[in-house]
This record gives sequence, structure tokens and C-alpha cells, in this order.
Amino acid sequence: MKRLVAAFVGAGLSSALLAQSAPPPARRAATPAGPAAAQASVAVPDETTAIVNGRVFTVSGPPLERGTVLIRGRKIAAVGANVAVPAGAKVVDAAGKIVTPGLIESATQIGIVEIPSGAEGTDDQSSTDKDLSAAFNVVDSFNGDSTVIPVTRVEGITRAVVAPSSTGHVLLGQGALFDLTGAQVPDSIVKAPVAMFANLGEAGAASAGGSRASAMLRLREALQDALDFSRNRIAWSNAQRRPYARGRMDMEALVPVVRGELPIAINANRASDLLAAMRLADEFHLKLILLGAIEGWRVTSELAAKKIPVVVKPLTDIPSFDGLGATLENPARLARGGVTLVLSSFDTHNARNLRQEAGNAIAYGLDRDAALRAVTLEPARVWGVADRLGTLDAGKDADVVVWSGDPFELTTGPEHVFIAGREMSKDTRQRQLFEKYRVIR
Amino acid sequence: MPNAYESTYKPLPSRTTLIRNATILTANGPVIEHGSILLQNGKIGAVGQTVTAPADALVIEASGKWITPGVIDTHSHIGVYAAPGVESLSDGNEATSPNTAEVSAEHSIWPQDPQFGLALAGGVTTMQILPGSANLFGGRGVTVKNVPSRTAEGMKFPGAPYSLKMACGENPKRVYGSRNTSPQTRMGNVAGYRRAWQAAAEYRDNLRRWKNAGSDPDKRPPRNLQLETLAGVLDGEILVHNHCYRADEMVTMINLAREFGYKITSFHHAVEAYKIRDLLVESNICASMWADWWGFKLEAYDGVRENIALVDQAKGCAIVHSDDANGIQRLNQEAAKALRAGLEAGFKIERADAVRWFTINPARALAIDKLTGSLEAGKNADVVIWTGDPFSVYSRAERVFIDGALIYDRTDPNRQPHRDFETGLLPAGGAR
Repeated sequence: MKRLVAAFVGAGLSSALLAQSAPPPARRAATPAGPAAAQASVAVPDETTAIVNGRVFTVSGPPLERGTVLIRGRKIAAVGANVAVPAGAKVVDAAGKIVTPGLIESATQIGIVEIPSGAEGTDDQSSTDKDLSAAFNVVDSFNGDSTVIPVTRVEGITRAVVAPSSTGHVLLGQGALFDLTGAQVPDSIVKAPVAMFANLGEAGAASAGGSRASAMLRLREALQDALDFSRNRIAWSNAQRRPYARGRMDMEALVPVVRGELPIAINANRASDLLAAMRLADEFHLKLILLGAIEGWRVTSELAAKKIPVVVKPLTDIPSFDGLGATLENPARLARGGVTLVLSSFDTHNARNLRQEAGNAIAYGLDRDAALRAVTLEPARVWGVADRLGTLDAGKDADVVVWSGDPFELTTGPEHVFIAGREMSKDTRQRQLFEKYRVIR
Repeated sequence: MPNAYESTYKPLPSRTTLIRNATILTANGPVIEHGSILLQNGKIGAVGQTVTAPADALVIEASGKWITPGVIDTHSHIGVYAAPGVESLSDGNEATSPNTAEVSAEHSIWPQDPQFGLALAGGVTTMQILPGSANLFGGRGVTVKNVPSRTAEGMKFPGAPYSLKMACGENPKRVYGSRNTSPQTRMGNVAGYRRAWQAAAEYRDNLRRWKNAGSDPDKRPPRNLQLETLAGVLDGEILVHNHCYRADEMVTMINLAREFGYKITSFHHAVEAYKIRDLLVESNICASMWADWWGFKLEAYDGVRENIALVDQAKGCAIVHSDDANGIQRLNQEAAKALRAGLEAGFKIERADAVRWFTINPARALAIDKLTGSLEAGKNADVVIWTGDPFSVYSRAERVFIDGALIYDRTDPNRQPHRDFETGLLPAGGAR
């Protein structure tokens, strides 16, 4: 574990190490003292919890009308209508409740920004260091003590893909998937990196001299250099290659991308930009994920044919020149067109409203099951962790939420949230403030 | 003197309409199950369990549907920060001086902003369009009806007073402090307000003296548009709407208002209203709040989801506002989240109470509550039919009436007003 931490810090050759899922974190016998709100309740290893009588949406199969989810230690031990509850198990009666997998937020800055304006030292989401881009790694600034983490997980979100915001280059750097237990790196890492992030379209142009064309060129240039670097590392070390436009650390970070091992998540919205991103992916054999995709519904057949997943924010309907075709029906139309669909809040402090986003997608035509999949199993697949997360199945990490009712409704809420088998505290800094002022003295 | 920019609004054609069998939240009493409402001559004719209607009335069967007053937002920048959000349409902050009380949002409103139509699809019938919060005194705000019009004047709510947008805290001190001009600090903010109010008081006194001496046209004190707006506040004709986050700063503003003898109508954003809800009630000041925005700057760091419910429980004037062209489309959903927070805190709040947060309470803050904001006989027929419980994420505004005229019908593409900007620019099939 120590060695891994050191590798994060010395970013240079870390990509190979980071490309693998982090090993399961060591159980912490006791959590050291810290802000109360950030502390999750600490479970005894191998404690067994049985959530019984709930309406269980496994996501992998049809819902169980009165099912049991058995949690042992970090994992789901069994799910079914006729699961025996072992003696000594802690029992959660979920009669009349809904049980789902924990929700996954797919594009946020949770943990890398606390207060984005006027509070120096709390904002690590962006860098203006012009010599850095692809190498930028959110793992190096993730803060498990962020007050945003408990505020988010009490709304049933158990994992989040944290992405960099901007670097002054079309390449933004490496995002990672974290659990929202409040643990620090490396324990909180589920997978790092999960993707290389980049901007095309209007945002890309803004960081490349003002034109979409120059944004595309800068991205292509970095990928060409990285390809050359990946094939000629030794010659490069011996100064026998042409100079590259980006530095050594950026080249290192791009190697798994040009090898097709690490996805590249490209932010683009206009139909023409989505098609351009797809052409680029073909040219370099990239594993492409599209973020934003406001006009995704206009290119569904291309997205479906190439099996390109899209991550969209449902509540997007205000026309911009980057997306004149914005419509609340975008998720429904994409899903109907056979596109792999992931829903995201694209928010940080209110990433907790992910389920409101999903509920509105349903209101505008998305199938209910597809909506639940789009915040559980589909993101788990797209980010490459479906072997561990995304459904309620034996053997998976026990991220389980017991809801007071329909998870997408506005007047319901989570009653129990488990992350990797541990029930999370409902405490947040906001709750403490409310309690402090419940009565004015 | 007469107002050259007077409202030219005329209600659109309407017909006598009876809506039957709906669940009605009147914002003025308990829920009415299987109720009816009659819209006649642009007004609400009657509302109740049984309503008699003329034989020629159009009858709408609304079984399973819900009815509320038209949604009212006290804080919008639609039209002044129009879509698409580009530099050419950035008309909300005259950030060239900390005091621009002489500007008026009505002179920035672009009636072709497509966001008006999106807000209408969310049931919004009335909104206050405010200048931004870069300045201590941002300028005048205006209340408009959400109707298609070629002009801003054609949208202005007849009889609604002007407002003055003021701003506390981080924004003015950041905008001007970063230019090394005043204000650079919160104390600089307050000095700026006091300087302006003192000048306004003197301006008003000079005008009074001139009037009392016979209003000799040759001796009239020179007209000053900036001071004229501030004097309008001191005379009680213009309402103060004050952007302010922190509890202690709101109290400073209450003290400032007392020093110069004016009234604050509503604090806006008021993220810490819950900490001073007793003082807000004591001073009869509304709080226009978000359901859950927090943390995007330090003065918003102490946001709690119970904010609206706590102000409501203290018998305060609790308002859910948007300050956002997305949020305005779903103020009912924002209220639903605030309702949930209140219920989970153990408060007894009914939907019939929470509906007031986006109807009659904002009407009160805009001083139009005698005309609209609740479903009572004689009031303007500003009415929304929802597909279901407006506190459900799945419900949507189905039909929207303004002064009795059916302005929006989700089931009829010909009753969904589009702005010029959308014409010929939206991809086919892109109807929102």
C-alpha cells in the first residue's frame, strides 16, 4: 500500500500501476479522529446484515417483490426471495421499502473542490500550469474529508467518478472512481484512472486558440506523439526521437489511451462535434466515452453502431450555440436508439440531485428500468467496474440503499446506505448546522 | 412625471372555462379534492367543491390532475441573460460602477429569449426580472407576465411596482476590489450604501422643499436618475430586493434600512435565513431561497435543506426562487425537495402550505398579491393544470392560463409559444 501511494506522488511512471483497480483497502480497525460529519460508522469485519422484506431491484434481473439482500463483510453474500437469514445477523426490515444498488455519479469534482470561489486552498479541480495536461491526476488532490462527500452519500450515491475541470489544454487529465465512505487515498480508490478526460467543441476551442479545428489538432498532436513515444521509449530516452509537443509526464499518461487500454472521455455537445470525436476515435483506435452529448439524440444511429457510450445530464434544455438541439427527451431518445446511456448530474455540491435528474428523464420518456440502470449498472460497465459494482448480486461489493419509496421521487429518501458492507452515518455538516439552529436560543 | 416605459400589456383572448374534478391547491386554504374552478373574463369566477358555470363555458375534465395558481418567481434573469448565453446577450450586470441605481432591467430584456417559453412550460406565469448582483445597487427590477410579446413593455405586469436590486457580500467586493476600487471589503460595501442613501435623502428633501415652495419650474433641483430611484425607495414606491447570503450581513442591512428609513421587501438567496428567521419575521421581510444550493462560495457554505421549512415554521414569508433559467422551469420540484426536508425534520407541512412558497408568498414580495398568487374569486385567472401532484418528479404543467387565456398546452404544439430565436435554428424534432 505504501508503495502505491509513493507511485501516485511520483506521477511519472505511475500509469501502469494506476491502470489497475486498487486492491481492496485494508480494514481499518478504528477511524482516527476527524470532522464528525466525515466519519462513517465502522463495521466489524465480516459482520452480517440481512435486509429483508423489501422490494428489491437487483438491476441484473426482475425485481423481487419480497426479497432479502444478505451482506457479509464487504460483499453481497446472497440475494433472493428465499434467502435464509443466519443467526446473529443484523436485520434491517425493509417492508414497504425499495432496495437498489448504490447510485454512481459519473462526472463530478467531489473531493477535489470544497469551495470553488474566493476560498484559496480549497479548489484543486483546475490547473493553469501550461506544461501539464494529460498527466494531471485527481487522485493527487482527492480529500476524503470533504463535506461534500457525506452530503452526497446520504442521498444514496455511493461511488463517484471524479474528473478534472480544466488545464488550459484540450486534455484535462485523469479521472478516478472513488467510494464515498470518506476514506482517504488510497482506501477510497475504486479504480484509478478510469479515463483520460478531454474537451472538444466549444470548451475545447476555448483552450486551443479559439477554434474547434485547433482543438482537434492539439488532441491529434498529443495522441500522435504518445503513439510514437509508446513505441520508441528507449530511443526517446536516448534523445533519438523528434521532440514532442507535450512533456514526458503527459506522454506517459497517454500511453494506455493510445493502446486502447484506458478510455478517453471527451466532452462534446454539437452533433458535428460528436461525429468529429467518433472519427478521431476510429483514427486512433481509442476507447471513446462521450460526455455531455446535448445533441446526442441526433446521432443515435452512429453512436449505437459504434457502441459509443454517452454520459448525459437529463435536465438540459436551454439552447446554446454548442447545443441548439437541447431537449429533455435526449436520454429517452438515446435509449430508444440503442445507445449505452449513463446519467450524471455533472455537478459537485448538488451531485446529490442525480436521482432528480433520473426522475425527470423518466418524466420525458425514459423507461424506468433504463433510468435505474443508467445510474447503476451502465456506469459500472462504462467505467470498467461491473465485476464489483452496479447490481445486487452475490459476490459484488455491498453498495445497497434502502429507500423510503420510489428512489427517483422528490419526497422520498434513503433510510439506509451501505458502502462495501458498512452502513453509513446520516451525519453531515449540514445536519449539524440544522440541529444547532433547530431552536433559536 | 409619466413613465415613458409604461406597460402596454393586454390580456390575450380567453373564453369562459370550467375545470372540473381536479385536486386544487388554492394557496389560500386547505386542499380541495374533486374541485372545480371557473375562469371568466380573465378572472377567477369561483373555486370550490361545486361551481356553477354558464352553459357556453368550455369544460375541461381534469380528473386525476392537480391545479395550482400560476408559478411566480421573485428572482429571474431571463431576458437580461438570455439564451444562448453569449457575450452579445450578456445584459444583466452593468458592472462599471458599484452604484448603478439609474439602470433598469426592462431596458435589457430581450423578449425573444427562448427561456421565457421554457419557464412557461414549467407553469411560470409571473416573474421578477432583476439586474445581477455585481453592484451594491444593481438597478431597477421589473415584474413581467410570461406572455409572448414583441416588447418588454408588452410583458410588464400592470400595476406592479418597480424594485431596486441591492447586493451584499462577496460579489460587489470581488468585482470592485479586484480592480482596486471601492468596495473591497464588507465594510466598504456598507459605506457605499450609506453614502448613497444619504445623498438620496438629501435629494428627496430638496425636492420636497421645492414642492412645498410652490414647484416653480425654473427652480426645480436638477433631475438625477440614480437618486430618483433611491428616493423612490425612501418614499416607499420602489421595493428593495436584496441579494444577501449571510445572517450577520442581513442583520446589518436591516439596521441600515432602519438608519435611513426604508423597508426591505425580500432578501434573496438568504442561505442563512434559518439562523435569523425570528428577526426576519419581526421586520416583516420575505426570504427568497433555493431548496438546496450551497457551497459554491464561502457565503453559501452553511446552506441547509431545511432553510425554507424553518422560515415557514417561524411563520415567515418563505419563498422558493430560482435565480436560474433551469431552476425556474421546476420551482414545483424545488419546493418538493424543501418540503421533504421539512417533513424529515419532523415539521407538519401540508402540500397546501408548501404551494404558497411558489405562489402567494412571491406575489406578496412583488406587491401583486391582491391581483394574483392564489385561487380566489376575483383574482386574475393565472392557473396551472398539472398532470398530477406538482410535488412529484413525474408531474408536468399541462396547461397554463394567464388572465384566463390558455397560453400553453402541452398536448397542442400550436399552443406552445416559440421565440424568434428558435425559428429555423432548432433541429427538426428538437421540440422541447
